[in-house]
Amino acid sequence: MIDTMVIFDLLLAVAVVALAVASMTTRDMFAAIVLFVVFGLLSALAWVRLSAPDVALAEAAIGTGVTGALLLRTLHHVQTVERKAAPEPLPVPMGVQIANAAFCGLLTLGLAAAFAGAPRGGPGFDLLVADAMSISGVDHPVTAVLLNFRAYDTLMEVVVLLAAVIAVWQIERGLSDAPAPALGEVWQGFARLTLPAIVVVGTYLLWVGSSAPGGAFQGGAVLAAVGLLLLLSRLYVPRPSHRGAARVAFVLGTGAFAAVALLVTGGGRMPFEYPLEHAKTLILLIEGLVTISIAVTLAALFHGREPVALPERAAGTGGRDDA
Amino acid sequence: MTPDLIYGVTGIAVFAIGLVGAIVAQNRLRRVLALKLCSVGAGFVLIVAAWRSPPDAPDPVPHALVITGIVVMVSATAVALALIRRLHSLEAEDDA
Repeated sequence: MIDTMVIFDLLLAVAVVALAVASMTTRDMFAAIVLFVVFGLLSALAWVRLSAPDVALAEAAIGTGVTGALLLRTLHHVQTVERKAAPEPLPVPMGVQIANAAFCGLLTLGLAAAFAGAPRGGPGFDLLVADAMSISGVDHPVTAVLLNFRAYDTLMEVVVLLAAVIAVWQIERGLSDAPAPALGEVWQGFARLTLPAIVVVGTYLLWVGSSAPGGAFQGGAVLAAVGLLLLLSRLYVPRPSHRGAARVAFVLGTGAFAAVALLVTGGGRMPFEYPLEHAKTLILLIEGLVTISIAVTLAALFHGREPVALPERAAGTGGRDDA
Repeated sequence: MTPDLIYGVTGIAVFAIGLVGAIVAQNRLRRVLALKLCSVGAGFVLIVAAWRSPPDAPDPVPHALVITGIVVMVSATAVALALIRRLHSLEAEDDA
């Protein structure tokens, strides 16, 4: 039994490394992204083997699913907006190549030495977390760490996501003929069938997070897939008048999180020190609103350009552009 | 041969591949992809550090850190890709 699992682990490890190499060496960029998606899913499988199902879900949904969609969308843009005179890449001098190889080799050796020297399987924070679980308000340790014990980190993480969408809207401001990728009409039927199912799965992941693997980030990413499918199948087309609602949705998670953190203070309590009898309600409230923010923000990051009418050139020409 | 050793070595190998890719690759998209490989490699090492041999539950704090890292990485990737799209459009305008 144990031997078969070791063989499985070894095969999986070899596959993960081989896919990483392949995604770096394949000439075709589309193939490289597809290989990366397979690599991400197999990494998630490896993390399940290391008894980290929450992280595996997050990696599969956000690290692989959403990231893969973002990469493919950018590849589509780069390939559609033709460059007439793209310069040939310059050859890299031999000395630089040697210096690069030496740098990478030394750094990897250093990391390997640090890994070999570090104690493994030793006591970390697990005992502390196990002792404090009864006052966390939830039954699942990872959710307790994310939303209660280290909630400040998670608040900052939501702020980073908010900063990203602000940055993307600024960077693409005034960019007119963004050719948005679109799926054919067959996909509209597919979308109508699958969207309700995805909504149920995403909401379930959010709800189950208090007692089992799942939570706001995994649920949010699955709900973001709804947004991606709506955008790709043209069942939803962003309009300039929708920006207000989008901005509210972006800020909702951060705002609610910070508001709860501050409102529970007083009476000798610190920020984020939820009163025990309301802890689960407050955590679910934060998670619910953060999930909405994450889903809308990730979908907006995929869409890219702020839906704003351009003054000088007629906007909306990219509407019927099929790949 | 325990899973933590196998996947720890895997993580370091993936990080090294990503590092080489980020330095050597000339295609901008591939460079972003390489940095993403580095982040997955780092995730591997952190999750290995949290692993305990089966009857014991793993340490949840590194798990939470990796989830945070994944979300921060997707934010950074989105901004990098927006910069790539903008830069490409500007270059295409210059060519014309």
